[in-house]
Amino acid sequence: MPVEHAFPDSAAKHAQGGFETEKMSLSMGPSHPSTHGVLRLQMELDGEIVTKADPVIGYLHRGDEKIAENMTYNQFVPYTDRLDYLAPLANNMAYAIAVEKLAKLEVPARCQAIRVITAEMARISAHLLGLGAFGIDVGAWTVFLYSFTEREKLYKLFEELTGARFTTSYSRIGGVARDVPPGWTDRVGAFCDQFLPLLEEILDLLTRNKIFVDRTAGVGVISRADAIAYGLTGPNLRASGVPLDLRKDKPYSGYEQYEFDIPVGANGDGYDRYLVRGEEMRQSVRIIKQAIAKFPEGKWYAEDARRIFAPRKDKVLTSMEELIQNFMIVTEGPQMPAGEVYFEAENPKGALGFYVVSKGGGVPWRLKIRAPSFCNLSILPRVCVGAMVSDVVSILGSLDFVMGECDR
Amino acid sequence: MVSASTDLAYNSKIEGEVIVSRADAVINWIRSSSMWPMPMGLACCAIELMATAASRFDIARFGAEVMRFSPKQSDVMIVAGTVTYKMASPLRRIYDQMSDPKWVIAMGACASTGGMYRSYAVLQGVDRIVPVDVYVSGCPPRPEALLDALIKLQGKVKREPSAGKLLSA
Amino acid sequence: MPAAADAVAAVKARWPGVTDRPSLDHPAVNVPPADLLAVLGSLQSAHGFDMLTDVCGVDWSAEANPRFTVVYHLFSTTTHDYLRIAAACADATLPEMPSATALWPAADWHEREAYDMYGIRFTGHPDLRRILMWDGYPYFPLRKDFPLAGMETELPDAEVAAETKVGTIAAPMAGGPFVASAGEINLTDAEPRAKDESWTEKRPKPGT
Repeated sequence: MPVEHAFPDSAAKHAQGGFETEKMSLSMGPSHPSTHGVLRLQMELDGEIVTKADPVIGYLHRGDEKIAENMTYNQFVPYTDRLDYLAPLANNMAYAIAVEKLAKLEVPARCQAIRVITAEMARISAHLLGLGAFGIDVGAWTVFLYSFTEREKLYKLFEELTGARFTTSYSRIGGVARDVPPGWTDRVGAFCDQFLPLLEEILDLLTRNKIFVDRTAGVGVISRADAIAYGLTGPNLRASGVPLDLRKDKPYSGYEQYEFDIPVGANGDGYDRYLVRGEEMRQSVRIIKQAIAKFPEGKWYAEDARRIFAPRKDKVLTSMEELIQNFMIVTEGPQMPAGEVYFEAENPKGALGFYVVSKGGGVPWRLKIRAPSFCNLSILPRVCVGAMVSDVVSILGSLDFVMGECDR
Repeated sequence: MVSASTDLAYNSKIEGEVIVSRADAVINWIRSSSMWPMPMGLACCAIELMATAASRFDIARFGAEVMRFSPKQSDVMIVAGTVTYKMASPLRRIYDQMSDPKWVIAMGACASTGGMYRSYAVLQGVDRIVPVDVYVSGCPPRPEALLDALIKLQGKVKREPSAGKLLSA
Repeated sequence: MPAAADAVAAVKARWPGVTDRPSLDHPAVNVPPADLLAVLGSLQSAHGFDMLTDVCGVDWSAEANPRFTVVYHLFSTTTHDYLRIAAACADATLPEMPSATALWPAADWHEREAYDMYGIRFTGHPDLRRILMWDGYPYFPLRKDFPLAGMETELPDAEVAAETKVGTIAAPMAGGPFVASAGEINLTDAEPRAKDESWTEKRPKPGT
């Protein structure tokens, strides 16, 4: 009687018709430590290899776009915080600039500088968390703790500026909610100075770590053509070799005055996406330092936008015209002309776009939020096929998406 | 020696190496000091939950850093984030899979009442589908608020008649 | 933006049905649905608009004609120009539009979302099903006649629904939302009206 080995050559046996195999369907999520939120991946597996992957999203669909049709423009700002909830200040800025385009409103240089500084700080915060979560997914718990320590320092600065640790609701149509407190920019500069060596320490934990490289290099390769065809934007697109960054290519809010580089990857795998994000954090620090050095004087809101930005409270309480102006803006909303605009900002996750259809007045007729994570996730059915289940975890971590933005 | 004290007490001169206490006190002490959360981290509150587990706020001080995503290994489900109707079904299923004793903390405005999302897709409060023990307000609640909720839950657990329930169940 | 303007001129010359669309920023055109795929294909291959960055639906209200429009935003990674294409659905009760998934795989999920929110069917789509709401959801939420508070239906999972005896409800709006309507300020009734969208005894659900 021939001896049966413990692990027979299943392919040979299958070819002989002696070993029945069946594909298994596995549902990963929506409550799963590695799906970064409520994403459900319905996969069909042949052993460990994924043959089909169908993401099911919508578990965090809160109806933001319908809510926007029933809110004035300023009332919608808190909802924009909760889109990409890792970088709320960046979302606030993107939304404000999109709506300001309706009125072709230019905000003063100080407001633009504040927006740039806060958006870059938000970028650092989002990438730190992305790295931390990626680290946990592939088994590196320490990275998470180190990056959260840095994020707590950022939260302290955000809290000083806006009043909230992270859901900041800081921008308004026509400006920002309040001016920077005295000394805040110095504290931001001090944070940047101590952050750079700590960032190197955090990245050193992963960059030449054999386990990390083995798990991410060559995993989840997205070709340049695929990246453009699927609408990828942000670090994912740049890691696939497309040097597209809206801050450089379609500058907004004064980004053209700052010097910074755009990291572009070569292979489009998970390791490249990690490297691109690490380098982006260094460039963000560079931008913040330049913005602080050039920090202009002036107002933090557009003073001449009388029907859009609420006037200062001391004038509201004493002067009739400002009282009426404040009343109209608060009840009816900032008065925008009729028309359509589309604006995309370079958010940490990619290009966050707002398509605003206005019929005039203070309430939009239609607000479509073009979420970068929605488009980034649509490539999953293509990139997961042929990978092992454990690689799927690594791919999800490297794509760094946020379900709040994806589902809106 | 029968004592009316419900606290765990140890007096080495009198009792030597034997601790005498009520079963309730011991059981509740053990349960409250190692509450392993099932983090139902859905949205932005999950980020504050992660911050509570990180080094500055350190939920490990309270014995709750073991955030296993497995319902069978956890005691308290922290619903952190907006619960949509689509997510309500998996959430209830996971709650059903948790073994007794189990508690629920509704973290944040969205979990408590639906928050600022009064819309067609959002469950207006997770207490419509699972029984909630502690509600935390805030959008998102500060990590200190979540720790306060955990302490209040520990206080609630310490008052439960656990031994009676175990014997009668 | 010379490249985008050239593309618009070329497309208008070749397809006479294409007309200009008023826009506050990027060049925009209206395209009849019959010519849509040809126009999009030409823009992708001949004019360098290689990225489809957004597809969305717009509902102009139940009384408007055309009621539904699908708006495409194209982006060129080489010239960094945006272009907006709007195509109106011919039928307001059963809106249809040809699917652009053959040109850009990115259109797949966007079109599923437009179907989920508005009910616009994209002919030629490989897998047209709901994406944000669950598969059995009976309504199209972003339509203007659907209330923000929602309408009652059953939960997607029958077992959980039976166990908890909970379904979706109309969210408690307390008589609101209290907001002005979109459109210029009408000074005769200048205060924001309460758009009472909670289905109460005073206001029955439609169909009853």
